[in-house]
Amino acid sequence: MIATEPVINKSKIIVKNLNFFYGQHQALFNNNIEIKENMVTAVIGPSGCGKSTHLRAYNRIFELYREQRAEGEVILDNENILSGSVDILELRRKIGMIFQKPTPFPMSVFDNVAYGLKLHYRLSRSEMAEKVEMGLHRVALWDEVKDKLKAPGMALSGGQQQRLCLARAIAIEPEVLLMDEPTSAIDPVGTLKIENLIEELKENFTIVIVTHNMQQAARVSDYTAFFYEGHIIEYDKTENMFTKPKAKQTEDYITGRFG
Amino acid sequence: MKKKKSIFLRKLKNNSMSIISVLSTIIGIFFLAWIITVVFKTGFSSFNWSFFTQATKPYGIPDGGIANAILGTLFITFGAAAIGIPPGLLGGIYLSEFGRNSRLGDMIRFSSNVMMGIPSIIVGLFVYTLLVYTTKTFSGFAGSVALAIIMFPVIVRTTEDMLSMVPNQLRESALALGTPRWKTTFSIVFRSAKTGLITGILLSLARVSGETAPLLFTALWSDSWPFNFFTQPTANLTVTITEYATNSPFDEMHAKAWGAALLITIAILCLNITCRTLFKEAKK
Amino acid sequence: MNKICGSPKIKRWKKQGLSDRIFKLSALLSALLVIFLMAGFFLQLLWCSIPALKTFGLRFIYSTEWDPVNNVYGAASAIYGTIITTAIAMLIAVPLSFVIALFLVELANPFISRIMGQAIDLLAAIPSIIFGMWGLFVLVPIMQNYVQPFLADTLHLGILPFFDGPQMGFGFLTAGIVLALMILPFISAVMRDVFRMVPQVVKESAYGTGATTWEVTFDVTMKYGMQGLLGAVFLGLGRAIGETMAVLFIIGNTPKISASLFESGTTISATLANNFAEAGGLFKSVLFELGLILLIISFLVQVAAQYWLNRVRKKAGGGL
Repeated sequence: MIATEPVINKSKIIVKNLNFFYGQHQALFNNNIEIKENMVTAVIGPSGCGKSTHLRAYNRIFELYREQRAEGEVILDNENILSGSVDILELRRKIGMIFQKPTPFPMSVFDNVAYGLKLHYRLSRSEMAEKVEMGLHRVALWDEVKDKLKAPGMALSGGQQQRLCLARAIAIEPEVLLMDEPTSAIDPVGTLKIENLIEELKENFTIVIVTHNMQQAARVSDYTAFFYEGHIIEYDKTENMFTKPKAKQTEDYITGRFG
Repeated sequence: MKKKKSIFLRKLKNNSMSIISVLSTIIGIFFLAWIITVVFKTGFSSFNWSFFTQATKPYGIPDGGIANAILGTLFITFGAAAIGIPPGLLGGIYLSEFGRNSRLGDMIRFSSNVMMGIPSIIVGLFVYTLLVYTTKTFSGFAGSVALAIIMFPVIVRTTEDMLSMVPNQLRESALALGTPRWKTTFSIVFRSAKTGLITGILLSLARVSGETAPLLFTALWSDSWPFNFFTQPTANLTVTITEYATNSPFDEMHAKAWGAALLITIAILCLNITCRTLFKEAKK
Repeated sequence: MNKICGSPKIKRWKKQGLSDRIFKLSALLSALLVIFLMAGFFLQLLWCSIPALKTFGLRFIYSTEWDPVNNVYGAASAIYGTIITTAIAMLIAVPLSFVIALFLVELANPFISRIMGQAIDLLAAIPSIIFGMWGLFVLVPIMQNYVQPFLADTLHLGILPFFDGPQMGFGFLTAGIVLALMILPFISAVMRDVFRMVPQVVKESAYGTGATTWEVTFDVTMKYGMQGLLGAVFLGLGRAIGETMAVLFIIGNTPKISASLFESGTTISATLANNFAEAGGLFKSVLFELGLILLIISFLVQVAAQYWLNRVRKKAGGGL
């Protein structure tokens, strides 16, 4: 990894020597990275390079699969989340996640947003309604769905569904948002809306976004990490990365020579 | 500002559900294992030479075997296969080759799923009215027809499923060579779905070979050898079990019923395991 | 002209056309056989039950009389027994199957899950007569000597009408338990398949919100597969309602209605199996009408089951 400029922002997540295994197969090799607070960090690289795998270590979602394991440290606010002492439910409340495909739950629009709130908090009906409305406002979905809060979440368009999932994730007030190629299954208009949202949301959240779309990384992110075959090849401010990449592989990738 | 729900309580609920779930699974498996063990233990002790070679004796005479019932069950089951397989395969062909997205196809598909769930005793009654009432005699053949009717929708659906897995390019390339449709289906499509088709047929055989209720109304029961298959009540394992288990005070007869039960269980387990292995290989 | 028509090429083409038409027609007829047979079940049973229908009319369904000597019959006791045994079986088997499926899909490690899954599939294939025998020779004595005295006397549940009755081992409760064990592997297998159809990313998304396994299962997986689970329940229900051999040995075969679950009773299918050989004339027609009632109930249950399963299949795009 090639050194970056001196740190300005506070680091929200510090990853130290992260190695990741699918059974016998090692997918990540000694990843070290510092994710800056209230910044958007893009993770790019050719498919199969370990971008998603890296992201999935942050909220330990990989633990759903017995054969997957992570070694090393992922430090969130001075606490290694990979150590057993961290409560996984609280961790996942603090770190929200958005997936490649929109994943509305089989319930109404309202209940989708209320889902996480109901899990973690005891709220009166009016408090709940208020929180749900706020969440939908923050993803600019309120005006589109305020008349169909009782309609099933799956009845919305793809882009709306993804924003619904975003509303569901931010309603429980996480500190970090992980986005795993959030626009890969969405039309260009929907993509644009979500990119605009990312811009606004970083005031309150630290965002890490995996993307295969370099224009997207350039548009939305402050920092960019380039992954290749499980290694972090380069990590830098986005403008530096795209104008004067230091590593040969980064240059090849962003100029479109492979990937 | 907000009241957090207790993580401890949520986890407690989750863990208690997990424990309940594990315990229930153990209870379920325990009972089912118990049943299987009893069948194997009790059944095996009545296996001996005469059990497999001698015919059943008239009521009240405890010795003798169940050889006639074994043979009768084989006759009835193979008869059922002979009657049920051809239309079953053809029906499956219709659904997969001609009726994929048609209304009629959907309707037939739905009906055969429903038919699979109709109680077998109803099929017994139906065949009774068709064959026993009209010929004035119970017969092994009527039993075969009843079992064939039960097999039929099973074969239709498995055949359709297996044929649908054959890629369309294969059909198209055969048809493009000028091969007629029937030849394409029987030589090309059937050949590549062979294992799956055999699996479906074996499964349907496994399904009917333990049937009792329909035979009560058709094949009935007899203590002679099943050589008058078309004109006389015909010995078979399951009705023999029913007779020996319920209408007899003799322990020897109970033991024979267990022996017959074990025989059927083994046959069905073997058929099922064969199907599973075949199917796994076919998938590879 | 003659030469062209008779040229081997055209002749072959024509022949192919005919053979293919025969092929398609025979396939169609075979497929239609499904519908003919279903219609045949209804028509034949209806035809054979006409004498009974004429004699007793609608009263047949709610009359409790059963008197072969005077040729007066009512179906109420058989229907009652069918409902009670099925209800007991469903009460036991449905929740148990649900948590077993949950265990297999969400909790067990893949190896155990595979082994147990296969065991359950195999057990679902065991014929019902085996369950009936086990019930008769193993469970009935245990119920008589331990379970029924325990429920009635040790727990003092005997003051309730359900547990107040002869402690003979036979009857509704024992039959219901055997039925439950019979449909347990079957319902578990279908529920497991339904659980597996829920897309992994939806589950991950719920876990990602900070939900526990139980919360994910109850709020998301279950809602997602609700129709499939209903289908599974109805498939099990259909089996339990029409089952003959698992019940016949154990139910006691007495045509009466009693609140006590320890009492003997009968079910539609047990009545049929028990009386058919000796019956004649009006009695036989009565049995056909009972069969018709059973057919109508099972048909409706199966249609409901298939309707729900079809909707899940469509949602998941195949499988199951």
